[in-house]
Amino acid sequence: MNANLTWIDSIVILGYLLTTGYLGWLGYRGTRTAADFLVGGRSAHPVVMAVSYGATFISTAAIVGFGGVAGMFGMSLLWLTFVNILVGILLAFAVLGEPTRRLGHHLGAHTFPELLGARYQSKGVQVFAGALIFLFMPLYSAAVMTGGTVFVVAQFGVDFEVALLLFALITAAYVIPGGLKAVMYTDTFQGLIMILAMVYLLWFTYSSLGGVTPAHQYLTDMADLVPPTLKAMGHQGWTAMPVFGWGAPGYDLWWTVITAIILGVGIGVLAQPQLVVRFMTVRSRRELDRAVPIGAVFILLMVGTPYLVGSLSNAWFAQHGALLKGQVVKEIDTAKGHALVGLMKESSPGRWEPIINPKTSKPTVAPMVVAGREAAQDAAGLPLELVSGRSPAVVYAKGEPDQIIPVFITTALPRWFGLVFFLCLLAAAMSTLSSQFHTIGTAVGRDLYERLTGKPGREPSVLVMRIAIVIGLLMSVTISYNVREEYVIARFTAIFFGLCAATFLPAYIGGLFWRRATRAGALASMTVGLSVSLSWLLLIKAKEASAIGLVQWVTGGKTSLLADYPNWPVVDPIVIALPLALLTLVLVSVLTRPADTRHLNLCFPKT
Amino acid sequence: MLGIPDPMVLAAFLGCIAVAAISVIYGLVRRNAAVDEVTREDRAWAIEEKKVEDEL
Repeated sequence: MNANLTWIDSIVILGYLLTTGYLGWLGYRGTRTAADFLVGGRSAHPVVMAVSYGATFISTAAIVGFGGVAGMFGMSLLWLTFVNILVGILLAFAVLGEPTRRLGHHLGAHTFPELLGARYQSKGVQVFAGALIFLFMPLYSAAVMTGGTVFVVAQFGVDFEVALLLFALITAAYVIPGGLKAVMYTDTFQGLIMILAMVYLLWFTYSSLGGVTPAHQYLTDMADLVPPTLKAMGHQGWTAMPVFGWGAPGYDLWWTVITAIILGVGIGVLAQPQLVVRFMTVRSRRELDRAVPIGAVFILLMVGTPYLVGSLSNAWFAQHGALLKGQVVKEIDTAKGHALVGLMKESSPGRWEPIINPKTSKPTVAPMVVAGREAAQDAAGLPLELVSGRSPAVVYAKGEPDQIIPVFITTALPRWFGLVFFLCLLAAAMSTLSSQFHTIGTAVGRDLYERLTGKPGREPSVLVMRIAIVIGLLMSVTISYNVREEYVIARFTAIFFGLCAATFLPAYIGGLFWRRATRAGALASMTVGLSVSLSWLLLIKAKEASAIGLVQWVTGGKTSLLADYPNWPVVDPIVIALPLALLTLVLVSVLTRPADTRHLNLCFPKT
Repeated sequence: MLGIPDPMVLAAFLGCIAVAAISVIYGLVRRNAAVDEVTREDRAWAIEEKKVEDEL
């Protein structure tokens, strides 16, 4: 394959896969899934329950994708960690977990669409939810796959296409024969690898920068090295929030970070179908309560670490990165040696020429901490002052945020850790992908096929599930292969989480806590949530809309219908769609006939 | 404080640790507070779930 993959690497990877397989095989022989624990009337250990949930929650998208976004945007992303713990663990387990578990068991629901459909006595609601999962979850799976693939490319030096194919084959081998069963001990083993990798990564990063406070302080002092394009969006440094305001392009970053990343992903987790069903497999409220501490610490490590390390990678590269050379374009702070430098390469001995950015076809300019100056000549033989120095992480990642974490790991950390980190990513990807494809399979087999044909028969339904899983896998690989634009991993994840939140959250929460929520209210709310979100993505949100292309056709070349109104094109659809969907649920429910009392008593028994 | 001059980012940094600590305390305080019983309905649900998983 490639010289970068040594025989030791191969043995360690094989050892990991065999251990996972062995644990899965052990699981098959005895109690393996949460349902088995429940059937046996026994309790899964809270650590097993929490780490298994966390391993499903956290994927390569969080570690590589959002870690890279933190490398670009800075530590303001720690608000997402805060919301992930507060909402994704504390609120989800303490407030939503038990009502979901009880309602699911009262109604005999086994999938998220089935839970909604049974609560609202509506085939339409169930089919709607199943179709959305089948159509859009591959977007999230693609983000997870791309996250793993870009690291394989950086670590082992193989082509993206080869790495993606390998990743897809490992995924298929894992999810098709057995990984779908969500063997809890396998998930837990994978979670433990993730914990070990993150603890070491955090320790290494802080210790290589002289400790917690010196590391943060150095990053703070680098604020003037923020690339000009990010500064124009409102970036004030990696330890500062973006500039807040409305009505000027200088506030774009604040609206991107807060609406798309923090709200979209932070709230969206509550309505993730593959996570909601986990509550139904829990034995009791007590088990949910006991899982909260481990879950919170797990998420703190799993998302807090990549966001901190992503941000701090800028300080590491500025102190220890490979020396870059170029010619000063503009002095930023002469006392600190900070300058804007046009990067150069040696075209022939002693002669230097500018490095051309392939995207812009212009000379590459980068902020730099200047370490030395020397006399040199340009390509024409004219004298120039050549400076050498180091830059923030995004320069070493060639402007691609998705590359920041992989480049940092392969450059800064010992090679053996690169392998451990690869296993961590493999673990994070597999534990998430298995539940994603399980959800896709059951959405098609149980929620679409059985409901639409009206033939709940096991054999054909299982066959349909398997076909759906293969189609979902192919869709994910196709998306990963074709879309590799800037921070696509985080964006795909945010799109899927936002869609789920706007479409499902009002109907789900209303279904759990509000007797008056009606079938018509739920259907209307889901329709409004989905249609507003999709319309916004197609026509308003510039990055997504311009990639799809419809908006250029409608407006004659603009990237958003609101391109002339600053900030609107970066606002995430969740900010508009979720309140509208909620309002629709309330209004339509109040105006329509409530469900019959007998059904409501089944959903909400008095004792 | 801690080399982070922006109070909002510092609040996020400390808030992550604080909310994790609150979660730990919550779990410890509530570890035996809720009823822990498996009803006939719970078991019936699990048997059906197991069937679907086994077939898949």
